[in-house]
Amino acid sequence: MTIYILRRLAFLGLTLLLTSLLIFIITQLLPGNVCRVILGREVGQAALNACRVDLGLDQPPYVRYLTWLGDFLRGDWGNSYSTDAEIRPLVTGRLGNSLMLAGFTMLVGVPVAVALGVIAALNEGRVLDNLISVAALAVVGLPEFVTGIFLIQILAFRLGLPANSSIRESAGFFEALPSLILPALTATFVLLAYVARLTRAGVLQELKQAYVRTAELKGLPRRTVILKHVLRNALLPTITVVAISFGWLISGLVVIENVFNYPGLGRLMVFAITRRDLPLLQAISLVAVLGFALANLAADLLYAALNPRIRVGQ
Amino acid sequence: MAAQKPLLEIKDLTVSYRVGDRTLDALQEVNLSIRPGQAVGLVGESGSGKSTLALAVMRYLPANALTRKGSIEFAGREMLALSQDELRGLWRRELAFVPQNPATALNPSMRAGEQLAEALRLYGSTPEEARALSIDLLKQVRIADAPRVARDYPHQLSGGMQQRVMIALALSGRPKLLVLDEPTTALDVTTEAVILDLLREAAAQQNTSMLYVTHNLGVVAKLSDRVAVLYAGELAEDGPTQDLFRQPLHPYTRGLLDSVPRLGQRKDVKPLQGIEGALPALGAPIDACVYAPRCPLAIEICWQKRPALDAPTAQRAVRCHRWPEILAGEVSANREPTIRLKTAQRTAEPVLKVNNLEVDYPLPRSINEFLSRAPRRAVQAVRTVSLVVNSGQTLGIVGESGSGKTSLARALVGLAQPHAGQIELLGLRLPVRLNQRSRELLSHVQMVFQNPEEALNPYLTVGESLARPLIRLSGQSAAEARQRVPGLLAAVRLPADYAGRYPGQLSGGEKQRAAIARAFASQPDLLLADEPVSALDVSVQAAILNLLAELQLEQQNALLLIAHDIAVVGYLADQIAVMYLGQFMQFSPAETIFDPPYHPYTEALLSAVPPPDPFVQQEQIRLEGELPSAVDPPTGCPFHTRCPRFLGDICVNELPPWRETKDGKRIFCHIPLEELERTQEPVLLFGAKPAGEL
Repeated sequence: MTIYILRRLAFLGLTLLLTSLLIFIITQLLPGNVCRVILGREVGQAALNACRVDLGLDQPPYVRYLTWLGDFLRGDWGNSYSTDAEIRPLVTGRLGNSLMLAGFTMLVGVPVAVALGVIAALNEGRVLDNLISVAALAVVGLPEFVTGIFLIQILAFRLGLPANSSIRESAGFFEALPSLILPALTATFVLLAYVARLTRAGVLQELKQAYVRTAELKGLPRRTVILKHVLRNALLPTITVVAISFGWLISGLVVIENVFNYPGLGRLMVFAITRRDLPLLQAISLVAVLGFALANLAADLLYAALNPRIRVGQ
Repeated sequence: MAAQKPLLEIKDLTVSYRVGDRTLDALQEVNLSIRPGQAVGLVGESGSGKSTLALAVMRYLPANALTRKGSIEFAGREMLALSQDELRGLWRRELAFVPQNPATALNPSMRAGEQLAEALRLYGSTPEEARALSIDLLKQVRIADAPRVARDYPHQLSGGMQQRVMIALALSGRPKLLVLDEPTTALDVTTEAVILDLLREAAAQQNTSMLYVTHNLGVVAKLSDRVAVLYAGELAEDGPTQDLFRQPLHPYTRGLLDSVPRLGQRKDVKPLQGIEGALPALGAPIDACVYAPRCPLAIEICWQKRPALDAPTAQRAVRCHRWPEILAGEVSANREPTIRLKTAQRTAEPVLKVNNLEVDYPLPRSINEFLSRAPRRAVQAVRTVSLVVNSGQTLGIVGESGSGKTSLARALVGLAQPHAGQIELLGLRLPVRLNQRSRELLSHVQMVFQNPEEALNPYLTVGESLARPLIRLSGQSAAEARQRVPGLLAAVRLPADYAGRYPGQLSGGEKQRAAIARAFASQPDLLLADEPVSALDVSVQAAILNLLAELQLEQQNALLLIAHDIAVVGYLADQIAVMYLGQFMQFSPAETIFDPPYHPYTEALLSAVPPPDPFVQQEQIRLEGELPSAVDPPTGCPFHTRCPRFLGDICVNELPPWRETKDGKRIFCHIPLEELERTQEPVLLFGAKPAGEL
């Protein structure tokens, strides 16, 4: 097991190295001249050149890459081109907010989705099953800005929940909680159908297994058979998917964060792109990739830990 | 005894399955009763309704099953009237089930002990009591290291160990009736023998009744007091085991008995007779005898009227119009076989020579092993095997799972890479890699696989599958090849119009015939058959074995037959090699394998096979312990860890010599032949009236 974890960590490092290179190349290929964005259209060639030297853009690409990577690893993520603020506290602060939103979404969404999936599976082919499937699909089919605005209409205007989720930069969880509800609910809708359908498929698959018959023929109550025997095995694939989607929730909620004006990583990314703020964009991208990779690793480790066939060898 | 009230009484049970908008009868008016402490064997081919009956008794039929008629009375209660809660109570205390495949019947993510303790807690034990009791139960099914097994997850246990856990679970509630659905079919014979002993003992101790579903007539002969034969959802015959084997009254029972090779039965002396045709499709109308289309004794009335279930004696029941004539000996379904099969000529020339062949599968190395530069470890599937097969000769290789017999076959056809040794075909060295073998060479070595379902391309018609080796390997034109297809089909007795059918439209036996026709199409010098009949029903097995022998006689190919069933190998082979853990333990001419001296492993193997004959007395030699790992095979003699005749240090430290008897038997053992011969009895002692002679 330790060997397995070590190997996975080595792969993780390699993945990050490769993506950092990829991110660097892509940002270099982006059209537009940063200095022009910073200094404005009217500035002369001399000033542009000075700006280029200032930003180190006159160096050959590999030197710039290595400098950037080295600085990044040492914790010096540089300053934003557009606001001249230090990037690291900006990104980590937003990352904290994103983690808060992602965590809350999981907390609300996953139990609901799993429960719906189990209920649907146990009522396979009946009205309840079809109802859940259709409802879940309908919800996932709608774009987030539609469900988001819909929720604002209903919940924010009628129940008085804040429709604008812009929180203080350093807000704690409980301070932020009211502002989290609407965006989390919207994100849940995106997850819901996927996780519920996966759970349903998993439960149906396991219900066909011979060990379920063994458990029933012991004379165990139906509840015990489902909760103790079936779910333990049926949820394994679901758990993996949930862990991976956590990575997506951290940096992929661009639309939702914009609809609700929530200060997360996604919105910061939009900001960085519109301002041609390459160092900021690179930092956000790398953090996002790290989030994905860690979520993936967590998914695999969790799967191995929960599955004795992997955890305990022959 | 006769006055004792039955524990289970099934009357006129009719069960149907709803498939689409049709209702198909799987059981038709079945009657069966079991007395307390009695073991009833339920036999029949796949599709006969055995499993449906077993699950109906448990009242655990699939949701689309419909009990249309009849009653199941168990311990004085009508099962069909019980509520779900009452049923659960019954399952806890009185009625237990042991399934076919223990590997899937245990929850993979729960420890074995907990799966037992969970049931015990239902009976009112506290968690501590339940834990202690579950270890006791595991000891009862003779698991030596019960505390460790209790802590293990199912995948850490061998198949035999898993099935012991299932039996412990079934016995945990001290049930009145055990329903067993092919509980040993997935196990090796030596393991099967231990499990059967265990069941017999446990049932006797607790006076438990058993309903034992199996296709294996040997197991029935050994274990059951009474036998019920199902055919197409109907009870064909039912009676005490000895009566039924001595004088079967239904032609189907006779057919089943004649389909299985006995230990020592040989193709040239007493050819097998299979049952022609196949089981009728589910839901066929029953206005006639269901067996008439396959019955050698069918007369006009059989096609016109469904026979009633008659009772020739108080103990027996049979559903056949002609049982009085059969009982009186006026007619018999046992017919003189029409085929004549011969053994190989002694002067034949060698086709295949294998010298010191070794096959292993390297294991991935861990980081520690990699850093410490430890030698790469491997599963040593085949270790120094040498053999010769002559043209027209059949070499049978018998061994249990893990013996390396399939790896050997795969190396010969080029599907696995041997890492040492040579293979010679007709005196020429055969390249080990498949892509180094020319097309012509490929056409010289062909193979029949175990599972015909997977051996034929489902998207090609049978005719296309047969023409392929002719075009690709023998270089014939498409037109020439097409012309030969009808002849190939005729040789395996398939109708010519089968050329246009797809494998999905064929039954299992027909598919295997097509696969055999394909293998023989290029007239190979060497034919490998890896378990060619083990996936087939017994009634079909006989015909396939005879077909192999006939085609071989015609083409004079060298045949390498691999099987776990020593009776099957003994029937077809001229020479038999017994394989254990990658090595040959014994070579014998087929005639002498059933007589001492044997290798101690052969002895154990022969005594483990239940002969399909309740009159045969058998020595009881049981192998202790588990098959050693092929990664670290034992030093010295590979069998020494389990050998009942273990001598001492010499077996552990030194490789045994090959000792040869006067009649050409070779034995790989430290024990001198004279001593083996002096101390070994013939494993099988035939009784006064073997069933085969009726």
